[in-house]
Amino acid sequence: MPFLLLAENSTSSAGQLLLQQCLNGLTFGSLIALIALGYTMVYGIIGLINFAHGDLFMLGAFVAFSVFAGCLPAFESWGLGALTAAWLTVVLATVASAAFCGVLNLAVDRIVYKPLRNAPKLAPLVSAIGVSFVFMNVGQLWRGALDVSVPTVFPGDNLVARWPWLFEQTGLRFTWADLIVMALVIPIMIALTVFVKYTRMGNAMRATAQNPVAAQLMGINVERVIGVTFVIGGALGGVASVISNLYVGTVNFQMGFQNGLYAFTAAVLGGIGNIPGAVLGGLLIGFVKALSDGYGQTQWTNALIFAILIVILIFRPRGLLGATTREKV
Amino acid sequence: MKRFLERFPLEWLLLGLAALFPLFVSSTSVFGSQLNDLFTYAILALGLNVVVGYAGLLHLGIAAFFGIGAYVTGILIAPVFPFQVAFPVALVLSAGGAALCGVLLGAPTLRLRGDYLALVTLGFGEVVKYAIQNLMSITEGTRGLTSLPPALVFGLKISPDDFRGYYYIALVLLAATVLLLKNLERSSLGRSWMAIREDELAATCMGINAARVKLAAFALGAGLAGMAGCLFAVKQTTTSGPLAYDFNRSVIMLCCIILGGLGSIRGVLLGVMLLIGFDTILTPKIDEWLQLANFNPEGSTYLSLSGWRLMVFGLALILMMRFRPEGFLPAGHIQAEMHRGQLKTVHTGAESVAAESLVSTTPVKHTPPSEKQV
Repeated sequence: MPFLLLAENSTSSAGQLLLQQCLNGLTFGSLIALIALGYTMVYGIIGLINFAHGDLFMLGAFVAFSVFAGCLPAFESWGLGALTAAWLTVVLATVASAAFCGVLNLAVDRIVYKPLRNAPKLAPLVSAIGVSFVFMNVGQLWRGALDVSVPTVFPGDNLVARWPWLFEQTGLRFTWADLIVMALVIPIMIALTVFVKYTRMGNAMRATAQNPVAAQLMGINVERVIGVTFVIGGALGGVASVISNLYVGTVNFQMGFQNGLYAFTAAVLGGIGNIPGAVLGGLLIGFVKALSDGYGQTQWTNALIFAILIVILIFRPRGLLGATTREKV
Repeated sequence: MKRFLERFPLEWLLLGLAALFPLFVSSTSVFGSQLNDLFTYAILALGLNVVVGYAGLLHLGIAAFFGIGAYVTGILIAPVFPFQVAFPVALVLSAGGAALCGVLLGAPTLRLRGDYLALVTLGFGEVVKYAIQNLMSITEGTRGLTSLPPALVFGLKISPDDFRGYYYIALVLLAATVLLLKNLERSSLGRSWMAIREDELAATCMGINAARVKLAAFALGAGLAGMAGCLFAVKQTTTSGPLAYDFNRSVIMLCCIILGGLGSIRGVLLGVMLLIGFDTILTPKIDEWLQLANFNPEGSTYLSLSGWRLMVFGLALILMMRFRPEGFLPAGHIQAEMHRGQLKTVHTGAESVAAESLVSTTPVKHTPPSEKQV
């Protein structure tokens, strides 16, 4: 692989660069994993590749943008400290964006996908593409066609620099934004796992994913389960959009497409329909992107990721963690 | 009268109209040039229709083959490269090159199920796009291969200033494509495609070699797309940047054939005229009128139709899937099965299996009807 041969950075040693890129990969991977969960949960329950999910994420980022732009000056004018104001803003933006995306996703399911539950598979898929177009148009009308910079919420200073010894040893860069990503993603993953494994609704979701009719016969309200899935998937996309605002720093009406494709690849990589698989896939995509950006040529990163998608699909179509299912004939 | 119509069906009438049209406009007519683009896209859509409509394989990367065709042509005729071949040679080679790529992509992936095949084609499309963008020394990156010389057809130079030359080339190729596909539909290969679309297992039991038949669909679809790409590049005198061959192009072509009617040549042509026609001809025209009527003096996006074009596309797709999923001009039996399929919400759904496999793009997955309820 040629990009590994180019690992030469004048300012830091190879080990430092590797560590730094792994950290970047972890952050970006968490973002992708959150979006991928939305794809994989919906696919697991109704077998639909929800093409609109990436664009839902984009609209969430726009909502979070508005909260950033509105709340941060307000909090600061109330005399709150810069950091307190920043934390409050992020929490508010997360709640607002998650609620918005969850409700919007549910509304789309009820209005667009629900009438097509018994239709041939192509019908909801094409409708999802249609919804994605509508969302993109809304985004374009909302914030125009160009990149818009998100107001900086957290100061960009390096947290590692507070411990001079550690900084000298590792030369790492770890900002507030990175910290927030960890602080948001890890609890969410734990909560989701607990929800799916141990609650009644989670049980119902797993049952519906396995066999909807049997689940219905056991008294599960399948439509409600589908609704909850769409809400949770959308809300996770909303959280991801806040992270993207903090971490990437710009919004654009086309941002959903690229990130959606990454997330989609991640979901397939882990085994579509499989929740831990989506997280694993997201992290792997993050690492691949970070390492390829760090050691090779950034412009080939995307091609590399999609080449991985193709190779995985050809040699292991069920993904890394996907269960072996016999094709029913 | 009826016999007359049967002998001279609608296609011939339209072909005649299209052939006579340039006689009535000036040689620099913008509308003529736009029609020319429509013909090119119609060839591309017909190529996609071979894969999706006939063989029932969901293909989300047709733009890649369009791009491969355009770039093969660009490399063969651009002044910076040493080849400088004549147009017919470039046309054949770019169609052949794209078809070869189609086979190379198809061969390892044909055993995949519908959704996964769609993903592989999507990924392939993206890889090709980034490859075009990054192979600077060959493709000139985002700029594309520019200032391609005018096409040489049997020693004749086709000037790009006069739209009629390329117009007739595209029209002839489109007519040839339609003729080819019309005959293929009734050939053994065409029937095999439809058989595996409807029920792969039953088809293989009847002795059809599913892999070979699918590969043929991939190759023909890619080849037609490559031919369209060649026309596109020669007419524009540039291959355009890689953005002309991105996922959006693939999806819009897919929308065209779904809107018009999967598997039906008339439907596909209508879909292209409606969607691409709306996008490239009608929208700018209406915006121009709005401008003239001083409806939108500040040039705001909200008040121009082009600001709403994705919304129109999206809503059209959603409404279409809800109310007429078989498309405007569906192939006869697809429509029949679709209507049978609609009954199944009332009945148990035993017959819906056939309906699903007919129009679904998954190559036959005989889940019991219960499984796909939700």
